[in-house]
Amino acid sequence: MMKPGVALALACALGLGLPSGPRAAALEPGAAGWVREYPQPDGSPARSCATCHGRDLTLPGRQVNTGKAIEPLAPSVVPQRLGDPEKVEKWLQRNCRWTLGRTCTTQEKADFIGFIRSQ
Amino acid sequence: MNNLKRNLIILGVVFLSLGAAGLALSGSDGDEHGGWGESRADLASVANATYGQECGACHLAYQPGLLPTEAWARIMDPAALADHFGDDASLGDGPRKEIAAFLAANAAGRAGQLPASAFAVGSDGGSALPRITETRYFTRKHHEVPVRLVAGNPGVGSFSRCNACHRGAAAGNYNEDRVVIPGAGRWDD
Repeated sequence: MMKPGVALALACALGLGLPSGPRAAALEPGAAGWVREYPQPDGSPARSCATCHGRDLTLPGRQVNTGKAIEPLAPSVVPQRLGDPEKVEKWLQRNCRWTLGRTCTTQEKADFIGFIRSQ
Repeated sequence: MNNLKRNLIILGVVFLSLGAAGLALSGSDGDEHGGWGESRADLASVANATYGQECGACHLAYQPGLLPTEAWARIMDPAALADHFGDDASLGDGPRKEIAAFLAANAAGRAGQLPASAFAVGSDGGSALPRITETRYFTRKHHEVPVRLVAGNPGVGSFSRCNACHRGAAAGNYNEDRVVIPGAGRWDD
């Protein structure tokens, strides 16, 4: 049986994506951030990016308050996605505030964009 | 030409004119409730591309004639947009000013729209933003609609989703005849 310390080190190594294990076993930061749920100060249910956009970006999403269908975010399905930097920035600004409760850092934005682009 | 033929031609022209006048006066879509004197108003369609694109992104781009100028001004305030009925609808200064001007110019009470008093929103709501669904005109038009057909209806959910039942809403047509309630069918009253 593995000592607890060794198990912890292995888990950390995997998380960091070090060559001690298959990198695919660790979620990329964008993918992980996508499904992370953020509690809301006004008492409304916790939400994540996936709340409106779904986990599978090749499928349509749904605006959680209005019910309006959102076209799939995946550029593989909707080629115009990510094509307009102003539009991307506008939505990241709104949605980071609304979901995370704050502006996303440059790194976070890059991670999210990278995740979307890969879908 | 003899008199009979001339008289018949005149009679024909008179009847044709009456028919044409009748068509002209019969109301825009000839629905069974329509007709001369019917005051049902079709709201002017949304005619600003920025408004349609920005404000139609999450919900129906509500026609400007559905609220008075003051109500739109409160909604378009930058701080209010950041907390827009529970969502963040922040806009850059350029689009925001353009949309605010469009709404103000085409609000209830402006030329061609229903009077502002019809869509007045109470000022006793405190800091809550004005809602189309709380205007006098709206409540009068919908007070007979049971909750189970709206809030209790998975196909609708809220009175704010006009186009769930009003199939012509995007074009400004809220005629009762074009109402089809999901799971319930046409509105009969």
